[in-house]
Order: sequence, then C-alpha cells, then structure tokens
Amino acid sequence: MTGALEVLDPGLLTLVEDLGRPGWAHVGVGRSGAADAGALRLANRLVANDEGAAGLEVLLGGLRLRAVGDVTVALAGARGPAWLDDRPVGHEAVLELRSGAELRLGTVTSGLRTYVAVRGGIDVPTVLGSRSTDQLAGLGPDPVRAGDVLAVGPAPADWPVVDLAPVSAPPDRVELPVVPGPHADWFEDVLGRLQASDWRVTPATSRVAVRLAGPALARTPEHRGRELPSEGLVLGAVQVPPDGQPVVFGVDHPVTGGYPVVAVVRRFAHGRLAQVRPGDRVSFVNGRASV
Amino acid sequence: MTDARAPRVVPYGDDAVLVELAGLAEVRALDDAVRAARVSDPDAAGVVDQVPAARTLLLRVREGVDPGVLPVARWWGARTARVVEGTAAEVRLTVDYDGPDLADVARLTGLTVDEVVARHTGARYTVAFGGFMAGFAYLVGLDPVLRVPRLDSPRERVPAGSVAIADEYSAVYPAATPGGWRLLGRCGQTLFDVDRDPPALLQPGTHVRFTAS
Repeated sequence: MTGALEVLDPGLLTLVEDLGRPGWAHVGVGRSGAADAGALRLANRLVANDEGAAGLEVLLGGLRLRAVGDVTVALAGARGPAWLDDRPVGHEAVLELRSGAELRLGTVTSGLRTYVAVRGGIDVPTVLGSRSTDQLAGLGPDPVRAGDVLAVGPAPADWPVVDLAPVSAPPDRVELPVVPGPHADWFEDVLGRLQASDWRVTPATSRVAVRLAGPALARTPEHRGRELPSEGLVLGAVQVPPDGQPVVFGVDHPVTGGYPVVAVVRRFAHGRLAQVRPGDRVSFVNGRASV
Repeated sequence: MTDARAPRVVPYGDDAVLVELAGLAEVRALDDAVRAARVSDPDAAGVVDQVPAARTLLLRVREGVDPGVLPVARWWGARTARVVEGTAAEVRLTVDYDGPDLADVARLTGLTVDEVVARHTGARYTVAFGGFMAGFAYLVGLDPVLRVPRLDSPRERVPAGSVAIADEYSAVYPAATPGGWRLLGRCGQTLFDVDRDPPALLQPGTHVRFTAS
C-alpha cells in the first residue's frame, strides 16, 4: 500500500491545500489554495511531486505526525525547529520517514505558515477540482484533527534530484510592491501615502485578508460619500473601507467587494503577504521599480 | 455600436483587468461574448475566471499571460453576433410564499400580500452576477413596484432556500447565512451542490421564473 500520515496533534490550525480551484468565481467560489503557493510548490518539487499536489499548511507550527508506512516529506515556508523522532531536521530538505517515525514542528520563529509536502500528495477527495480548504466559502476538507489518518497518493514516477534547496533567510522588514488599483484616483496621493509610512498587521488577519493599521487614508473631496457597486476582487487587492485602514486580500478573498481598490500587490510578493504575522510592520513600495 | 458605451479596460495587478461598462445589459453582453470566445478564440485561452458585477467585468488570466493584451474591444464588437436572446436556460423555482417579511413588503409597497406574490411570480428574471456566497445569484427583472430597501439590521441567520428581495434585485439564499434582504418565502430546490454538474443552478445569464406552490 501507499503510506499515510497519522495526525497526533494538528497544532493551532492545519489545513490541506493545493493550488486552488480557479474557474468558479462567477458562481461565488474563489480560487483559494495554499496562501504561500511558492512555498508549497518548492516543498512539492523537493519530493518530486507535481507542484500542485496537496500538502499541509500549518499555522505557527505545533504539528505532530506519525508515518504509516515509509513516506518522504519536505518542509518549506515559515521557519521553525523541526524534529524527526528526536533528531533535529531542516526545512527545504528531503526527509525520509520510516513507518512509525514521528515528525514534529516546533513553534515557528519567523513567518506564519509552514508547508509539509509528502511524496504522492495528500489524497483527500477533490471538490470542484481541488483538495483545498476554502475557509470563506466553506468548501474542501475540514481542518485536520488529531487522530485523522491522511492517505498519501501514489508516488510520482520521478525521484527527488536534490537533498535540499537553499533558500535565503526572510527579510527583517516585509516590503509589499504595489501597482495602482482601479480606484487609486478616489484617494489623495494614495500610492505616495501607502509608501510614506509603516503599517502594522492587526490580529484580524486570516487567509481571507491581512488587515493593516496606520494613518487613515483620505478620499479626495469629490469622492467623499460616494458608493461603489460591488465588483470583482483579486488576490493582493488593497481595498480601503470607510475607516481609511487598508485591507489586503488573501487567497480566500470574497469574489467581489464594494469598497475602492487603490493598489494591487504584485504576484511575486503574494507569498510574503501569506507570511506576515499580527504585530509585524510592513511597508509598501513602488511595484514598477522592483521587478 | 457607439463609442460612448464602449468598455474601458483598467489594469488590475499582474493577473487581471477590470472592464468598466455602462450598465448591467452591457456587462451581460460582454460576459457572454468572452465566454463564447473562450470556446473558439485562442486569444481567450488564458482567461481562467470571469467575474461579472453591476457595472464591471473582471477578467483574470492564468500565470504567465499578460492580461493587458486581451482583445476586449474585439470581443465587445462581436457581442451582438454571439449573444442571441433566449438561448440561455430558464429555471423554474417553486416557492412557498410564507416569508417573515411578506407583510412588511406589502405595507412598504402599498400592495396586498397576494399582489406582492402576483408581482414577484409575474416577472421573468435573469441572473446578473453572483458573488455574495457560493451559488448566490443576483436576479434582475424585479417589478419596480417591489423595490424595497434592505433591513436596517441584518438577520443573524437567514435559512437556506429563502427567497428574498432588496433594491432592484431578487435572490434565493443557497445556504444559511447572515443576511439583510427581505424574505418573501422558501424554495426547496438545491441552489448549489458541488457534486452536481454544473454545481450552481443559477449562473450569470440564466433566466428564472418563480411559481407559487
């Protein structure tokens, strides 16, 4: 048989995620998927999976797993200590787990979400073509619970070609490169003001959105009190509700929104957005200059 | 076609453009035209999501495709040839008109309850767009006499299948959720089921009629 992963402790929150379910936004279902898709892809490549195989997205560490049968796994994303039985192991490395071996993730020291890829992928049923949990739409598998035995799919034909992938340390200060959004002109010099200050990540931050706090952004006089009919949203859209505090949408964003979108975080920085923690300070930079 | 109503294509990050249009009819026409193009036009192959709304159509492309080169003007120009009125499916929904807001809607509109039901069942609706939750459809075509504002404070829980109106729209709640629309009745049909193809009974462009049970 192919192996499985027995969950001994899911930590704070562990979700099954792949690269999401595009193509359903017109009926109210967003793309969802791994918040830091780049990290899931890297972990999958290490175990020679298809980049879109389903893995585990672990919030803040604390996950404990036991191998049922021999399995091959890799960790990527938020850094923190990890142990295979009692031996410390690294991230971005190919880890062979003998049947019965225990993998344990400590509390993360930087970032928010760690990904566990397993050779063959987590084999839960697909919903609309994806194994991802969408916390806003309520689709996909339930959060992982202690006692769950997660089946592992058939191993791919390829074998891992490297033992580890060098990844640079995360920066001390998170910069979000932005380009103007469709309603940038509703606000006074909004790109300038976004870049002029630091923004604090508030605790009301989730896969749906990262909520920021800082100096309130003000509309131009002619746009004060104006209503915007709802319109489509994208991952990375920076929306400004009436309180003037920006909201940056994440992977489980609603498919439409009714407040002006003043900027959009560039695609290559979406992973950074997934790794900011409540209390962190982030800054916006000109996305045209940082390609 | 006059240029005054031509769409304006606004950049929206690396993966999308937002097409601004004059109104719902124009959104419907372009949405249908793009969906038709995705079947036959190689230039539309990169489009993965279309999100119609009241005055905009969002087009999201797959990674690696430049959304700025989508030939939106060409699709707009081709819309009348492709969009044939009446080809979309019509769905009939059977409703128990016993909703908790029926009497209030009658009072607000100056109609009797029977007249409210007659006007709600007398119209033919079209799904303009979705968005609030999976399977939720904003239906246009509501009799203008039935235009009533939302509740001042939303209900914490609207039961699944509730048939509701607010402003210029009618809708059916696919699942229980908080909501502020005025509830006219209940419909037993399943609006959204991930194991059905297609999962959403009501999709943009679908025509809908309500029948009293």
